[in-house]
Amino acid sequence: MAVLEVQGLTHLYGAKTARETAAVQDVDLRIEPGELLGVIGHTGSGKSTLIQHFNALLTPTRGQVLLDGADVNRDKQSRREARFRVGLCFQYPEYQLFEETVYKDISFGPANMQLPKDEIDRRVRTAAAFVGLDESLLEKSPFDLSGGEKRRAAIAGVMAMEPEILVLDEPTAGLDPRGRERILDMILRYRRETGSTVVLVSHSMEDIARVATRALVMNRSRAVMQGTVGEVFARGEELLQMGLDVPASTRIFLELRQRGVPVQTDVYTAAQGVDAFLRLLGKEARA
Amino acid sequence: MDTFISLQNVSYTYESEEPSAPAALRNVNLQVRRGEFLAVLGHNGSGKSTLAKLLNAILVPTEGKVIVQWMNTADEEKVYDIRRRVGMVFQNPDNQIVATIVEDDVAFGPENLGLPPEQIRNRVDEALKSVDMYDFRRAEPHKLSGGQKQRVAVAGIIAMRTDCIIFDESTAMIDPKGRREVLQTMRRLNRDMGITIVCITHFMEEAVQADRVVVMDDGAVAAVGTPHEVFADEALLRRTGLELPAAAALAQGIRAAGIPLPFVLTVEECVDALEQAARKAGVV
Amino acid sequence: MIRDITIGQYMPGNSFLHKMDARSKIVLTFAFILAIFFCKNFWSLGLMVLLSAVLVPVSRVPVRSVLRSLRPLIFILLFTAVLNLFYTKSGNVLWSWRFLTLTDKGLYTAVFMAVRILALVAVSTLLTFTTTPTDLTDGIERLLSPLKAVKVPVHSLAMMMTLALRFIPTLIEEIDRIMSAQKARGADLETGGFVRRAKALLPILIPLFVSSFRRAYDLAFAMECRCYRGGEGRTRMRQMRFTVRDGAACGVFALVIAGVAVLNFFFKPLI
Repeated sequence: MAVLEVQGLTHLYGAKTARETAAVQDVDLRIEPGELLGVIGHTGSGKSTLIQHFNALLTPTRGQVLLDGADVNRDKQSRREARFRVGLCFQYPEYQLFEETVYKDISFGPANMQLPKDEIDRRVRTAAAFVGLDESLLEKSPFDLSGGEKRRAAIAGVMAMEPEILVLDEPTAGLDPRGRERILDMILRYRRETGSTVVLVSHSMEDIARVATRALVMNRSRAVMQGTVGEVFARGEELLQMGLDVPASTRIFLELRQRGVPVQTDVYTAAQGVDAFLRLLGKEARA
Repeated sequence: MDTFISLQNVSYTYESEEPSAPAALRNVNLQVRRGEFLAVLGHNGSGKSTLAKLLNAILVPTEGKVIVQWMNTADEEKVYDIRRRVGMVFQNPDNQIVATIVEDDVAFGPENLGLPPEQIRNRVDEALKSVDMYDFRRAEPHKLSGGQKQRVAVAGIIAMRTDCIIFDESTAMIDPKGRREVLQTMRRLNRDMGITIVCITHFMEEAVQADRVVVMDDGAVAAVGTPHEVFADEALLRRTGLELPAAAALAQGIRAAGIPLPFVLTVEECVDALEQAARKAGVV
Repeated sequence: MIRDITIGQYMPGNSFLHKMDARSKIVLTFAFILAIFFCKNFWSLGLMVLLSAVLVPVSRVPVRSVLRSLRPLIFILLFTAVLNLFYTKSGNVLWSWRFLTLTDKGLYTAVFMAVRILALVAVSTLLTFTTTPTDLTDGIERLLSPLKAVKVPVHSLAMMMTLALRFIPTLIEEIDRIMSAQKARGADLETGGFVRRAKALLPILIPLFVSSFRRAYDLAFAMECRCYRGGEGRTRMRQMRFTVRDGAACGVFALVIAGVAVLNFFFKPLI
């Protein structure tokens, strides 16, 4: 059974006024336990609005969000529960740090869950270890950390709630290649070791191609594609028409195909590209 | 090409409570040539942003000197003249727009220069057209997309008729579409108006478009060269925490499997090379 | 949602009011406010109300938008109305219960005050509806410029106002984002007593202050990089010019003031 299910979700901003606009329109979505769903779309495509329904921060104008089959908007209690079961980490999360110490900041979520003190302590330390923050940093002020450390401390603050579904909005935005790598590795390891479901919103097709198992494409407030990463990037030309990027490898193979080179086009990482090209030349693909 | 900005043995240390704070820049020697498109690469903390801020006298070197044309940035009387020649577009699009209407914001620089009103009007219209934002001249900045805001910021610099624009990670906070828009604007200004561009970035795809690339590492210049020279140096990339552009990585993988391919950087070059290899192998 | 709030609510247009010089609009608005406090009876007040009612179609701002801008006033209106209703003890008693007495004079005063406030706000709203924030601050800067002679930093004040107007929407968005982010970590902003609620604001206020300081710092650099050195030697792209239109508006207004004076003189004062 899907852990999270979205049925016919529509969200209107400024409903019943002249400025009424649909931020999300008729979206159906099923998120299976343990999968890593990549969400792709332009700024303003509705993806940020969509994910804020997962933990009941926003209430749908029409439609439902079901967590384990139960509507998250049943009552106040269920909404509050959804906050903790679906951990949502916003874009540039380092701007939400506020406590005196990194430790206190990471414990803000668990403390709001009213957990016992030793449980909070365990969670803070586990989360800090996951994001690779050294114990010695925990007693520092979050404002004294470097940019990358701040980002990781903020992500740890959401992980420490130990949500069943971790939703990350653009966790690598503004980072250099090293920082990006580090965050992606961290997400992969977190999913492997905790078995959590992860939703990753990203502009970077290369990132989605690297880590996601399934992908959802949002365009003009609608969910226009859903499927495995391979299935989605195989429709690279449609993505390009929507003005979205596709991974460079996909673009290269689409272009080759157009020039009459009989290559496969469901390629989205450099490694797959190498294999596909070697196969074309009749050579053994590398293991 | 003559030198436009010259850095001579420049070191810079941020003021800090700890007396032994490490230098952000160490003994940098570098020339920015008039009319070129120069990309500055490096990971966070490599000193590339400090370098940018030294180019138009936001920072003044602790040691050594920075000369813009004939003016030393340490000479306080010249700061104003330097800044009307060397403009800067910052990282956060929201934090550099001062007015509530696009065209008023673009007018801000020329107004500070004390130009007559008709001349400001002409410059503002021209500048907005050159970044393709003329249709938005009456818009409110906070309703624009990130890419559009950055283009307004660029127009605000062009309207001062600067010779050189520094982009200090100006594409880091905007989405791929906005990034493409800003990058296209940079190239057009460079090509059509002869404006010198210094682009500080950690996107390899942007560096690939440049005439020259400077790689910063640990406060020092690790390499200077054409994109081909820099990206062909694997050891350098590994050491400085940079990655190969995706197209180059693909070509390199194929080369490693024993298929002779030329060194490529961009998607277009890669497609050409693979097509030729396929034709040579007779599979087309 | 907090994002729906609009401040500096300029509505683009091409009406007579839109085309007027910002300076004359500001001066006339202030004159209107003064004049409305000199109205002594319903006749002269009625003339002022008539003027504001005529200005709405002239501005071509939809009546609905003007009415909506008056909505937040309901509370203040009720409050002053209730005060006036029961605090006026003179006049004929209409109704009384224990310590409350309602007189005809109290009723008149309550209505009079309410109409006065409504007209006042409606006209000031028209000013902001038909004048861009830039023109508004420019106008104020120019009107106040004589004060420079006595060392009032008029330019700096106007610049601060411009920047405040520019950053209000940005900060509202930011507050919205921080609130959502903290709510996602289980922050409870809605329940509890005063102390608890005040404490619950910290996770929002601290990030907001930190980011505002960063923005201010960035902005100062950006302005310096664009050769900003204060008001000295600075010119403006937009020039302000009094036209026949402004003369006509002043003329009409002078007539209305004369009307108010005459009506005040010929009819019995209410208060």
